[in-house]
Amino acid sequence: MDSFGSILTEAFGLILIWDPDLIEIIGLSLRVTLTAVIVACVIGLPLGAAVGAFRFPGRTIVAVVLNALMGLPPVVVGLMVYLMLSASGPLGPLQLLYTPMAMIIAQTILVTPIIAALTKQVVEDLHREYVEQFASLGVGPLDRVGALLWDARYSLLTVALAGFGRAVAEVGAVIIVGGNINHVTRVMTTTIALETSKGNLELALALGVVLLAIALFVNAAVMAVRASAVRAAYA
Amino acid sequence: MERRNFLGWSAALGLALGLSGPAMAQDDFIVVQSTTSTQNSGLFEHILPMFEEQSGIEVRVVAVGTGQAIKNAANGDGDVLLVHAKPSEEKFVADGHGVARFDVMYNDFVIVGPASDPAGVAGTSDVVTALAKIADTEAPFASRGDDSGTHKAELRLWEQTGVDVAAASGNWYRETGSGMGATLNTGTAMGAYVMTDRATWISFGNKGDYTVAVEGDPKMFNQYGVILVSQEKHPNVKAELGQQFVDWIISEEGQAAIASYKIDGQQLFFPNAGD
Repeated sequence: MDSFGSILTEAFGLILIWDPDLIEIIGLSLRVTLTAVIVACVIGLPLGAAVGAFRFPGRTIVAVVLNALMGLPPVVVGLMVYLMLSASGPLGPLQLLYTPMAMIIAQTILVTPIIAALTKQVVEDLHREYVEQFASLGVGPLDRVGALLWDARYSLLTVALAGFGRAVAEVGAVIIVGGNINHVTRVMTTTIALETSKGNLELALALGVVLLAIALFVNAAVMAVRASAVRAAYA
Repeated sequence: MERRNFLGWSAALGLALGLSGPAMAQDDFIVVQSTTSTQNSGLFEHILPMFEEQSGIEVRVVAVGTGQAIKNAANGDGDVLLVHAKPSEEKFVADGHGVARFDVMYNDFVIVGPASDPAGVAGTSDVVTALAKIADTEAPFASRGDDSGTHKAELRLWEQTGVDVAAASGNWYRETGSGMGATLNTGTAMGAYVMTDRATWISFGNKGDYTVAVEGDPKMFNQYGVILVSQEKHPNVKAELGQQFVDWIISEEGQAAIASYKIDGQQLFFPNAGD
C-alpha cells in the first residue's frame, strides 16, 4: 500500500490531467445528485414547514416517520425503485431502469425525508417566535409557510447541504437502479466501488479524495452565496 | 421580488441539470446483463468498441453476479445475458426467458493462496484433493457466498470432497457475500485461500504475496454462454439488436476479438463458440 501522500498526489494528478472520462463521471455525479436535491427540496421544504408550523391530528406520527425515514438504507431504496422500474414492475413501460433518471428518483427518495425532517425542526423553532404575530395579523396558512421558509432560508441552505452530502456519497441505491454502465450511469461512488473490486485500492482512494474535493467545492460555493446574500440583506 | 429571483434561479438550475446531458435519448442501444469477471478483467472495454463501430449499436453492460444477472434478465431487464453457469443458463432458456444458449468462450478457475501455503496445496493440480486438504487443516478459505457462477462452481467442487462447508461457515470457511474482487480483497487480507476465475486474478491489482496455488484440473473449466432474452416473454426486449450482438460475438470476428485480449502477454479468455 502506498503512503497517503502519494495517494493525494495521484488524486490531484487525476484532476490536473482533466481526463475526459473522469470529467464525464464527475459531471454525471453532480447532475444526478443536484437534481435529486432540488426535487427533494421542492417536496421536502413545504412538507417539513407544514409539519413544523401546523397542529393537526397524527402530527407526532408524521414527525416520527419522517425522522425514521432519514435512516433509510440506500440498498433498500435501490431495491424498491428497481422493483418499480423493472420491465416486470408497475412502471416498467416507462423504460427508466439503468438511466440517470432512475438514479435521480432513488436519490430523491433518500434525500426528501432528510430535507423534510430537518426543515420541520428549523421551522418549528421559528414558528414559536412568530405565532402571535401571525395570529394578530391574521396570516393564512399558505402565507405562513411561505414566510417561515423565506425567513429561515439561510438555515435551510444547510439543510439542503445535508441532503446533498447524503446523496453524493451513497452507492447502494444508484448501483442497483443505474447499473454502473460505463458512459451512461457511472458516477463517482460506483466508480470507486468498481476500482476497489478490481483491487486498484490506490486509484479508488484517489477517486475518493476527488469526490471529497467536489463536496468541499459545492459546500464552499453554497456558503459563499449565503454569506453574500446575508451581507446584501443587512447592508 | 428577491424571493421570486431565488425560486427562478433554482428552477432554471434544476431544468439545466435535469434535462441536459448526453445518453438520455439515444435509442440504438442494448443492455447486456453480465458478470463481474468479464467487466473487471477489462474484456468488454476491449471488444465492445469493435462491435459498436461496426454495428452502430451501443452496448450497455450491467455487471453483477451471475445469479443476479439471470434474475434481472428473467425480469426482462436486459436484452442479452452473458454469464457463466451452464445449468442455470439452460434452466433460463427452458423456462422460456431465453431464446437459445450458445457457448462463447472459456477460461479456468484457479485457487490462489498466500506464499506461506498453510494447507500445503501449492502446486497441486487435483482440485478435490487440494480442497480436502484445506478442510483438513482448517486453513481459512474465503468463498463468494453470493450465488454467482464462481460460487456455484466452487460448491460443486466442495460437494465432490464430501466436506460440509455450510457447517464450517463462520469458522475456517468464510462467505463474504460479495463480488470476485471484493472477495479477493477480503481473502488476501485474512490469509485465506480463494477460488477465482483466472481473468479476474490476472487483472487484479491488490495481489500482495498471493500466487496461484492450484490450477490445471479439468474440473475447474469455466464456460461462458450467451443468450438472447425472449421477446415473446418480455415484449420490451430489443430482439433484433440483441440478436446482432449474439451473432457477432459467436462469429469469427467476435471470437478473434476475444482471443486478442491480453494482459501482460497472457490471454484471458479462449473463444470456443461452435466447438
